[in-house]
Amino acid sequence: MTMEEKMGGSNREDEALDRFPVGMRVLAVDDDPICLKVLGTLLLKCQYQVTTTNQAISALKMLRENRNRYDLVISDVNMPDMDGFKLLELVGLEMDLPVIMLSAHSDTKLVMKGITHGACDYLLKPVRIEELKNIWQHVVRRKKPDSKDRVNALNQDKASGGIGEAVQTSTSSSDQKFNKKRKDQNEDEEDDGEDNEHENDDPSTQKKPRVVWSVELHRKFVAAVNHLGLDKAVPKKILDLMNVEGLTRENVASHLQKYRLYLKRLSSVATQQANMVAALGGKDPSYLRMGSLDGFGDFRTLTGSGRLSSASLSSYQPSGMFGRLNSSAALNLRGISSGVIQQGHPQTLSNSINGLGKIQPVGLPANQNQNGTLFQGIPTSIELNQLLQNKSANHFGELNPVNNPNVSGVATNFPDARMTVGSSSSSLSTPSGSPLLLQANTQQAQRSGAFGNQSSLDVASLNQESFDMGVHGFSNFADNGGCHENWQNTVQLSSFPSNSLSTCEAFSHEQLHTNNLQESISWRSSHLNDNPIDLSASMANAGLEDSRGDMQCQISPSNNVIHNIDYAAKQQWGENSSFAGADSLVAGAPYVQHLEAGKLAFNTKLRSNEDILFEQRKPQNEFSQNNFETLDVISSPMIKPEQYNETGMMEGELGYDAFPLGSCI
Amino acid sequence: MDRNRLHNQVASMRRSLFDQGYLDDQFIQLEELQDDTNPNFVQEVVTLFYNDSTRLIQNIEQALNSRPIDFCKLDDYMHQFKGSSSSIGAKKVTNECTAFREYCNAENAEGCIRSFQQVKQEHAILKRKLEVYLQTVTSFSNSMSCMETILSYIAYTIISSSLYIENMDKYGKLFGTTPQTELGVDKCLTTL
Repeated sequence: MTMEEKMGGSNREDEALDRFPVGMRVLAVDDDPICLKVLGTLLLKCQYQVTTTNQAISALKMLRENRNRYDLVISDVNMPDMDGFKLLELVGLEMDLPVIMLSAHSDTKLVMKGITHGACDYLLKPVRIEELKNIWQHVVRRKKPDSKDRVNALNQDKASGGIGEAVQTSTSSSDQKFNKKRKDQNEDEEDDGEDNEHENDDPSTQKKPRVVWSVELHRKFVAAVNHLGLDKAVPKKILDLMNVEGLTRENVASHLQKYRLYLKRLSSVATQQANMVAALGGKDPSYLRMGSLDGFGDFRTLTGSGRLSSASLSSYQPSGMFGRLNSSAALNLRGISSGVIQQGHPQTLSNSINGLGKIQPVGLPANQNQNGTLFQGIPTSIELNQLLQNKSANHFGELNPVNNPNVSGVATNFPDARMTVGSSSSSLSTPSGSPLLLQANTQQAQRSGAFGNQSSLDVASLNQESFDMGVHGFSNFADNGGCHENWQNTVQLSSFPSNSLSTCEAFSHEQLHTNNLQESISWRSSHLNDNPIDLSASMANAGLEDSRGDMQCQISPSNNVIHNIDYAAKQQWGENSSFAGADSLVAGAPYVQHLEAGKLAFNTKLRSNEDILFEQRKPQNEFSQNNFETLDVISSPMIKPEQYNETGMMEGELGYDAFPLGSCI
Repeated sequence: MDRNRLHNQVASMRRSLFDQGYLDDQFIQLEELQDDTNPNFVQEVVTLFYNDSTRLIQNIEQALNSRPIDFCKLDDYMHQFKGSSSSIGAKKVTNECTAFREYCNAENAEGCIRSFQQVKQEHAILKRKLEVYLQTVTSFSNSMSCMETILSYIAYTIISSSLYIENMDKYGKLFGTTPQTELGVDKCLTTL
């Protein structure tokens, strides 16, 4: 195996996959040294690569350093330094790795708890080798649907505009491959995030079947949560209060989890200004879904509590947020139909703009109350501007789900309103309900220069459709034009599929610099709004490349836009690995919605990083390989692979930077 | 032969450990994990277990002696203890742990104390038995290797000596030897 791996080199991953499940990288965490030793030896016997540690904290650290270093995590439930369930939750949210719980007790309650926290499996001690022989299925299960979904999404995208294709084809050959991979990864991530984030999510692995957290739904959810009190809100009660047919407790549980994380992130990044590219009205259902899921958490908060408005809004400039959104939407490199751009339901736009510091895309309806959802009729630019000013792009980031005008509000509806979703980029990060999104957002915020791409990743996940939608929306915007001066607040349609992100990225990127809005990455699209929003056209334009701000949202065939954007984005961030660039772009956009998208995007990003790092990692793997040949290695406390190249780390860090904000350890 | 005796001893001890319920299938898994790359795996794990469990037992005793009794902590300790003992296949010990846990959940201090005595007892018995067992196993495998070494050495000596003697005879004739030498050679040959 070692030899093989050595030879693998750049193909290590491929090889590993070929030989899968042999060589699967497992991280085992258990404070009991005997169990750890036995478990490690058993795993080695199964021909996995094993890293063991008896501290949950160090396990998290290792995972955060490079999520791509591991395929699977096995963790004990009772640990002195951290609760096993907490670790499980964090790993699932931050890194989206399958986690298996281990315990000496088989209480039904504990098992249930494990499931609700997202464990893939629950094993009893003593662990038998037969059980361990099958744990690889969890890794495959996570990846598979994604690829399937990805394929579907790709098809979709193609249908709608071939953004994905565009993305792929638009870039240079070298980039192209990379983009493609990235896109795939994004999609994968997206799917992953969407579908497999938690066990209790809709088991169907398809992207679409997920529960769509529409604006209405999210509003009810937030209302229920507020009614119960955030601390006392339990899924069962929320479900009862919401009284929605067909909604399962698991759906609520996962949504609640995201929401909570979103809140946490919001509060931590509240100060960051995120330009939220108005969620380009993620009309696209899938898009919205993504966004909504993620973003909803956020926006709900936003809408519900109106907290949103604060930080993000203030900094944003209403101008042209929407416009940006559109562009950003268009930008979705990923071909996510930048939900952002989606047509604007003016409402959503307005909502988001209004007040949501947070990404409110989801709660557009709610927003309405506040200021009239961003999306709502963003009929006039003025209004939009207002909105933008007030609200952080969060709304957009949230990208109301298709249904919600608000949500994707930004993304979706911006038909006219130039969703100048002002949500600052920070809001982007925060709104993104999904941890990832937040992460991405945060990152973006942090990285203003960098690639907010992370968020864009999320956006990337937005499907093409939304993008298209957004684009259309933008055309309306075009009229308004001019609002965008600082799209800083552009709502980041977090949910927007990469489309918006990409564009946003481009735009926001610049903006960020200028405004130090890290998160405005995606909102850069607002930047783009200088011109009428012709989403597709503008976005696609190299505007991305050069002036980010130049991205104009022209409502041209989204395909084109996406193409361009992607391309542009790619070029821009070429050095950072186009992947990252694309990601940021994507991420930039609709944070709001994408909790999941973000996550996916993020994951994608990570994954892409992985590619990059693959080489570097290889030596490590070899090392590990060698290590685990000897017992000593197994028992030794974690085997830390060498640091991956900087880039990798950087990117990895990207993802993680944001995380610490919200994560709680 | 000694070796055979040892071998039989090992087998019967092992059988009785299983029959009497001191060990279960998990122990067999451990044995299976032992191989050339891991020649002393079982011994290592058992040693590790006894070191760690001693510490745990002390903690539990401390918790039981404190007033008021912290049942949560007790449960945690016992959870870990149960985890390790089940990981090495210590069946009786694990069962006693389960009983203890029930008393603990019921917050029955008396029951806990009594049950813990049982746990300690089983733990000590198993420790003794395992020590003896593993020692026998070790000496058996050592004896095996010793024997092999000795036997191979003897064989080598015989062969080389006979070769030497043969040659000696030849050379003697070639160069002409004194009658004494010849006699000596003959003697040697006959003895061999």
